[in-house]
Amino acid sequence: MTIQFNKETFRDDYSFKNSDWAIERFPFPFHEDSYMYSVNMEQHRGGPEGSVYEKRFDVDEHYVSEMEDRAMVLADDPLRCQSLPHMTLAGWDLLELIMVSKSEDYPDLFELHRDGDTWRWVNKPMGIDDTFTFMDETTLPYGPMEYITRQTQGDFCVLDQRDENLWMDAGMITTQADWSLDFDIGMNFFEWHAPVPKAHEMGIFQRALKFLLNIPQGAPARRLNWTMTVNPLLDTSPENYHKWGIQKTTLTPENIGAKQHLRVELQSFFRLPRSNALVFPIRCYLIAFQDIVKSPKWGRRLHRVIRDLPEELATYKGFIDNRPMMLDYLNQFDDGLPTSPGVFPENETEPPLQK
Amino acid sequence: MSAAPQKAKAGAEKMDVTVSAVVPLNDLVTRFEFQRPNGERFPPFSAGAHTVVTMDDNGRTRLNPYSLMSDPADASTYAISVRRDDEGRGGSLFMHRNVKVGDAMTITYPVNLFSLDLRAKKHVFLAGGIGITPFMAMIAQLERFNGNWELHYSVRSAALGTYVEQLTSKYSNKVHIYYDDQKQGIDLEALLDGQPLGTNAYVCGPKGMIDWVHATASAAGWPDANVHSEEFTAPQPGKPFEVRLCKSNKTITVGENESLLEAMEREGVDAPFLCRGGACGQCETGVVNADGEFLHRDHWLDADEHASGEKIMPCVSRFVGTSLEIDR
Repeated sequence: MTIQFNKETFRDDYSFKNSDWAIERFPFPFHEDSYMYSVNMEQHRGGPEGSVYEKRFDVDEHYVSEMEDRAMVLADDPLRCQSLPHMTLAGWDLLELIMVSKSEDYPDLFELHRDGDTWRWVNKPMGIDDTFTFMDETTLPYGPMEYITRQTQGDFCVLDQRDENLWMDAGMITTQADWSLDFDIGMNFFEWHAPVPKAHEMGIFQRALKFLLNIPQGAPARRLNWTMTVNPLLDTSPENYHKWGIQKTTLTPENIGAKQHLRVELQSFFRLPRSNALVFPIRCYLIAFQDIVKSPKWGRRLHRVIRDLPEELATYKGFIDNRPMMLDYLNQFDDGLPTSPGVFPENETEPPLQK
Repeated sequence: MSAAPQKAKAGAEKMDVTVSAVVPLNDLVTRFEFQRPNGERFPPFSAGAHTVVTMDDNGRTRLNPYSLMSDPADASTYAISVRRDDEGRGGSLFMHRNVKVGDAMTITYPVNLFSLDLRAKKHVFLAGGIGITPFMAMIAQLERFNGNWELHYSVRSAALGTYVEQLTSKYSNKVHIYYDDQKQGIDLEALLDGQPLGTNAYVCGPKGMIDWVHATASAAGWPDANVHSEEFTAPQPGKPFEVRLCKSNKTITVGENESLLEAMEREGVDAPFLCRGGACGQCETGVVNADGEFLHRDHWLDADEHASGEKIMPCVSRFVGTSLEIDR
């Protein structure tokens, strides 16, 4: 399939929009009518054809515009991309993983030609054709991690593994749900998760860490996470909270369907072979409420999940103040009918809205 | 999430290989080299990683972990070196007696429980006997990146000094050999004293050597995080015992010469595992009921967990008593 890349913005005039194709394949995160934390891991080895789970690194219609937005964020704040000195080998691992995956999964968009350590990388959507020496940083315009993640959607945490723990020792973080790489750099798994409510008491992080430390080479894993964002902003960073935080107060009953977005992260985990580090890509997908409710099942379910979410979680996810307005809007799309299990919209079989 | 539910398989991903060389090194140790059929490349690996080799020993499946000792940058070949253990459970004997060039075998993707700390300013390696194998890969990796390392290697005798010649001729200034039969020993206290700040030490060898290095380094004020060890515990034989597997609804008997994990596999129970040596934690299993005594042999559970009787690592640990029921 050839992807038509959107010309769109994630700031100022917010011209971002999802096509019908993007709406249909949106990674809706709720498999039932309620939500509570769980480690909810599964293997990352493909998924239904055309879904965001199919490829190792999903490329969609937002690719080129997302990369332009990333370049703007980095121009304003270079500390969004950092790599401690011992993480360079992991950066090469990541470059190799992405180049091999994308050239195999999207041969019409990306090409990798390897002759020993001389590699030629062709990225057609971004108009890049570079030849460089693998493992020789001086032959690339940036370090290996920065080079490849300026060309790949999603944030990337590159975690060193030592002392039975994971360490946030490198990353490219420009599309984050309100956390800062510059603040977290060098922290371990428990330190950077310290602000998350409830999950510590539930033992979630102990179990998640054990799982992650054991992710073997050749067997990647994935999970979904979600939050809410007003306006289709990729960069909801603490560094720029003064710019976007205030926008949460601009919601009205008239504009909420267009302005309020569900923000879903497709998180995946790959063991990096040469460094034994772990890479944690966090791919952000945005969808407006008015597009979600086009699927009757998703409309019913989102209303029930948001209504029943514990207060601490609504506060942590930053929408406690707007929850009543969200519920007024979503209530129109919940007729009380049961929903089928699973995350997919099932538009052909799910009954249409009865009100 | 249930986008595309797939049941996780037990163990790491496997790959088919062909035995490309069998090289006897001395009376006890033989190197086995593998290549992929059709000239495919192996995945790169990090030094210190091991692979689990599947052996079909007359219908009995043996799964033994061995350190990868080839150069991690060489994607054409993986190599392991196997010390023959005449008293052991038979895996190494099978490798020595039955495995020939051209044989098809199955091995797992590399798993690393003994990786280099890439922050280290210097790496000090302490090897005893066959414990040299992971260091062969570490040395190759560090040489490629101009890493700062030295090796202190204790062997029984010149005749049993696996890879001694190769190492001393290539890296004469960095390699120090100690011969037991000449009453030579590593002067560990002196060695640890005066290493530059940021040095990491790595030990692989018999249990006594590992404990000695940890204790000596700790007494000398080294941070625990700077001293790394890998000790694979081969499952020890023991008296047969019966286990009730409550999830599988089966009662099985663990034989004298097999581990609880192997007995479950024999009975078709898909139990998780990675290292099969008590180190990785993957096979941790809850105990539902027990009347008897656990013989914990793993390095994963801590002393309190061992004492609690609530968990067992089926890859190496056993049980003596009247009844045992586990959550599998």
